[in-house]
Amino acid sequence: MQQLQNLEALNPDLTAEVMAQVDEIIDRNKGKPGCLIPVLEECQGVVDYLPMELLEYIGSRLNIPGSTVYGVVTFYSFFTMVPKGRHTIKVCMGTACYVRGIGEVQNRLQSKLNVEVGGTTEDRRFTLEAVRCLGACGLAPVMVVDKVTHGGVSPDSALKIIEKYE
Amino acid sequence: MSENNSKAEEKTEEIAEEKVEEKEQEKQKEEKVIPYLEDVPFFGFQKLIVLKNKGIDPELIDEYIAQDGYQAAAKALLEMTQEEIIAEMKTSGLRGRGGAGFPTGLKWEFANKSEGDIKYVLCNADEGDPGAFMDRSVLEADPHAILEGMIIAAKAVGAHQGYIYCRAEYPLAIKRLNIAISQATEYGLLGNDIFGSGFDFHLEIYQGAGAFVCGEETALMHSIEGKRGMPRPRPPFPAHQGLWKKPTVLNNVETYANVPQIILNGGKWYAGIGTETSKGTKVFALTGTVKNIGLVEVPMGTTLRTIIFDIGGGVPKKKKFKAVQLGGPSGGCISEAFIDTPVDYESIAKVGAIMGSGGMIVMDNQTCMVDMARFFMDFVQDESCGKCTPCREGTRRMLQILEKITRGEGESGDIETLEELSEVIKDAALCGLGQTGPNPVLSTLQYFRDEYEAHIFEKRCPAKRCPALLEFEVDEEKCIKCGICFKQCPTEAITWEKKQPAHIDKEKCIKCMTCITNCPSDAIF
Repeated sequence: MQQLQNLEALNPDLTAEVMAQVDEIIDRNKGKPGCLIPVLEECQGVVDYLPMELLEYIGSRLNIPGSTVYGVVTFYSFFTMVPKGRHTIKVCMGTACYVRGIGEVQNRLQSKLNVEVGGTTEDRRFTLEAVRCLGACGLAPVMVVDKVTHGGVSPDSALKIIEKYE
Repeated sequence: MSENNSKAEEKTEEIAEEKVEEKEQEKQKEEKVIPYLEDVPFFGFQKLIVLKNKGIDPELIDEYIAQDGYQAAAKALLEMTQEEIIAEMKTSGLRGRGGAGFPTGLKWEFANKSEGDIKYVLCNADEGDPGAFMDRSVLEADPHAILEGMIIAAKAVGAHQGYIYCRAEYPLAIKRLNIAISQATEYGLLGNDIFGSGFDFHLEIYQGAGAFVCGEETALMHSIEGKRGMPRPRPPFPAHQGLWKKPTVLNNVETYANVPQIILNGGKWYAGIGTETSKGTKVFALTGTVKNIGLVEVPMGTTLRTIIFDIGGGVPKKKKFKAVQLGGPSGGCISEAFIDTPVDYESIAKVGAIMGSGGMIVMDNQTCMVDMARFFMDFVQDESCGKCTPCREGTRRMLQILEKITRGEGESGDIETLEELSEVIKDAALCGLGQTGPNPVLSTLQYFRDEYEAHIFEKRCPAKRCPALLEFEVDEEKCIKCGICFKQCPTEAITWEKKQPAHIDKEKCIKCMTCITNCPSDAIF
């Protein structure tokens, strides 16, 4: 319990409540071979990101060196160690979307939001990401805001779409 | 009088009747007859084996069973020996649909003969090639076919545990696979003593975490083991030492979806479709600048022309076909001169591309081939896991050169350096990602060398896609004074008045390409 309180002191996002869920995830998966990645996936679902303090905690609970956990987290693009914005905009950088002009959409979003790809706006309203093919090539070019997929976007329509998200 | 009258009336009636008849005939001519499915080119040229269950409710196992589902599994488990299943697969001539095209029956035989009490069956659903969505569709629309294929594979090699490695970008596929697995378990089609045959098989889904290289078999297995998904040298091959160092069979989604039909209809039936060396059908994800976008399943040996122009309906009006890209970042672009190439593993390789997993992207004359090569090299460089030097450093150098060329800073000798690096990376890289990574550059150099030369020596981008090589000026002779560019310019850099050619203020212009993309008369250069 003391360890949990320490974590909250180190990182305010790791409240006792959040850590109770993290513990539940670890207990459920502990002992299964190869459980590290599913544990990290679920934990990111709870905390939204994977801060260093959490990685060390997960490593110690699973008896995996912190360096190994860090190695895995930094290898896979699905994991993030920095907090994200309230909404995530993903522009699809698949070939079909690229051929159909997602590059121009991305440029316009970057200049409008004043962020680079992978960055979060200062007000933490949006995180802009470029993702590899979403497999929705029939709708190209595609942009996903949170979980809603928008097909056939243009630089103008993309700006209109994100206006709706506060 | 009255007689005459009546005759006249009769005549007019006759005339009237004739007119009505004529009108009806005309109407019938006007009313289009609804054609049969096979008379519509989009469907007529296709042959459905993998996609045959399109339209069933994928969340209801009963619908799959109604389409002869799980009959092949029953046949394999109750009536066939391991050797018979493998022999049937070898007769069918089915080759891995993930891209490399290794004979499936042979792979199963190796794993079957490999010694070990524990073996694994894996499904590679980490479809990462940009522009490919065949596996996603099968996973989402017909998940039970994959389960059934895996049950048969498990019996053939003697495995009792299987994993489906599905990428995290496909949440619906994961959801439907989970539903399918729980329904199949409920029906006794997965778990212990399937069909009362005494054969056990358990299946789990493993969610990937976003790394393209995990589509490589040894990297995929490292990922399931909870490690960084980096490939290792082979041999030992997975059939001898795979997941957790146990004999393992790994096949692609589409490969498994073929298996039940082969067992049900016989290997000979399957071998009757396709060409001498490539049997059966292949699903392609047809996208890009083509009228009919979507999945098409055609017998091996169908020409690219049939797929793109008959099934795909050709490129939309006002655009011109330029090239077709096959095989994603491991493949290549095929120019119009080779459009009559039949799709089979060998013929496609001969013209510089690969069959790959099935992405087929049609490009028009607005696509810059140098920029395309840069795009794919950016992808490969970004997804390179960093384990082997040729891939890690070589792709980075190649990307730098390509970026330099698209920026208009290309120098004489760059093309030769690209070619030399390509050969070294192909020979020396550890896994398929690096070994095939230079293909997009090599194939565009093969067919569109003039575009590279235009970029380097004339500082000109023929397709008008590289902003650094464009003037952003209006050709007043070509300009049709329509004002479309003026209306769409995001920075108000364009001035235009009715019946006057447009003018671009270069200080305000951010080179966003909107005007060039939308100009109907190709007047901006």
